[in-house]
Amino acid sequence: MNFLEVKGLSRSFGGLRAVQEVSFSVEKNAIKAIIGPNGAGKTTLFNLISGALPPASGQVFISGSPIHGLPPHRIARRGISRTFQNIKLFSRMSVLENVMIGRHIRSRAGFLAAMLRLPRTKAEEREIRETSMDILSLLGIGDLADQEATSLPFGKQRVVEFARALATEPDLILLDEPAAGLNIHETAHISEMIMKIRRRGITVLVIEHDMSLVMNISDEIVVLSSGKKIAEGAPAAIQKNGEVIRVYLGEGDA
Amino acid sequence: MRPSVYIPVAVLTACIIAFQIIVSALNREFYLTQLTMSAYYSLVILGLTVLMGYAGQISLGHAAFFAMGGYTTAVLTTYNLAGAAGNPLVKLVVGLGLDTVSTNAYGAQTQHLSPWVSLVVAVCLTAAVAFLIGIPILKLKGHYLAMATLGFGIIVYRIVLGTRMFGEADGISDLPAFRLAGGLAVGGDPGLRVQNYYIAAFLLVAGVILLTNLIDSRPGRALRSIHGSEEAANAMGVNTARYKLSVFVLSAVFACIAGVFLTHFNGGIGPSEAEVMKSVSYVAIVAVGGMANLWGALVMGVVLNYLSLRGYFGSYDEFVFGCILIVIMLFMPEGLLIKENFRILADTAVRIVNKCRAGKQE
Repeated sequence: MNFLEVKGLSRSFGGLRAVQEVSFSVEKNAIKAIIGPNGAGKTTLFNLISGALPPASGQVFISGSPIHGLPPHRIARRGISRTFQNIKLFSRMSVLENVMIGRHIRSRAGFLAAMLRLPRTKAEEREIRETSMDILSLLGIGDLADQEATSLPFGKQRVVEFARALATEPDLILLDEPAAGLNIHETAHISEMIMKIRRRGITVLVIEHDMSLVMNISDEIVVLSSGKKIAEGAPAAIQKNGEVIRVYLGEGDA
Repeated sequence: MRPSVYIPVAVLTACIIAFQIIVSALNREFYLTQLTMSAYYSLVILGLTVLMGYAGQISLGHAAFFAMGGYTTAVLTTYNLAGAAGNPLVKLVVGLGLDTVSTNAYGAQTQHLSPWVSLVVAVCLTAAVAFLIGIPILKLKGHYLAMATLGFGIIVYRIVLGTRMFGEADGISDLPAFRLAGGLAVGGDPGLRVQNYYIAAFLLVAGVILLTNLIDSRPGRALRSIHGSEEAANAMGVNTARYKLSVFVLSAVFACIAGVFLTHFNGGIGPSEAEVMKSVSYVAIVAVGGMANLWGALVMGVVLNYLSLRGYFGSYDEFVFGCILIVIMLFMPEGLLIKENFRILADTAVRIVNKCRAGKQE
């Protein structure tokens, strides 16, 4: 059984068919990339899987159980975490506090317990803080813990988003263009981090335009164009695929 | 309580005690009356600060929740049980020992519902109303949420103003004192002035401790994340709809409790407490305090309400709060009591001192 199973997922915005009948699956602990020209429907696909948008039709299964149609906070509890193409860190909160939000689904304290600061709440809070700090150190940004998250340089903000997503202890992580807007060194750092994430037993689904990154890290690639899947396979095969070359480079150059 | 809370709480407590000692020594204890009232209004403002400043959800209807607290206890505790002894519900209340006997301003004995019961009823009622109206209106964002809460505030005001049970334009007066434990009582008797000041101050300090604890905790972070990015909060597993509803109810309950206590302290309540301008002034004070700043809100809440209640703004009261809101929104969206303003103030002071020195040397 495949870990993530996407079956015939579709969604339109008015007359625009953003995602049409897309199906694919991801094996446990694999890195799968989704590529395609701008407007191919990659981010919409992520939004459909993570529940940010309900699908018009189609199904999504995680370890065989359906998650389509669930609200995003319930899907997060099923072990799916994500980052955003246009970084969405929480403003007016420190780097550490941003990552601590990632521990939300792994902790329990409610309003009353928090206001009264009960002993078990204090213990839980300590656990949240320590785990979050460990993740920051793992990703090499422990020294930024007390900085305001949204005031960091772009590349660092990406890493904080990674840390926040990791803090949920996900089984599957969705990375939406993790290297967008980053320089070559930062991209190399991101590539390293993705490999690190995989070594922790996490399955990775990544949207990316940086082809050298995609070809380096992914086990398999799905190519989308105008909302449809046009190819799927190992990086080497995708590089030789005529349809993919036509979509990317245009008819005359193929 | 954490070390970061000890210092401001200690300073605040010291200020509270020092003020009382000075005022009593100067034989000016009547100042405490308005300060007590300011403390209760500040409790409303603290709750609103968590809702607006931290969770990012505006409410222009909090005067309504305050009024619900005040009117509920006013209606329930001014109802003369002795006059309806045959009523089965009254029999039940008396049978359960939920009644109490007070001596009113004319020395007559009245038998009425215990304010403890009306406090519980008021809190439950307000929480239920906030919950029920919160479900639909918290789906709205920004201006639309402001309009919806404004509408709710107007509705409550009109109901209060037009209902005989609520005394219409006259409101309800002659409330009995709210006797707490150990001989303490919330009431308007001049002899109770000092203890009422401390009761209000205690509630205010307790409120600020509870809420600062909340802000720096799992649910507190969840609330702040909604303000930062609702979409990302959801993706991290925060049930944003439920958290928004919870904080709305919590802030309504703070307003309600303030309403119950202040109404017993004043001995009555009128429809002006439910007026929209009341809600606007609460929002203005939260904004001056720095939105996401409980201590700023507390200080500005006490100071501005005190000035207003002592009549320093005269008949320009509403004008003043309206102007404060506009000026803050235009020029200081981060509020007045923020570090940067203190730094500017310090810099200016240093510059003036330097200039004076330079002038002397010439």
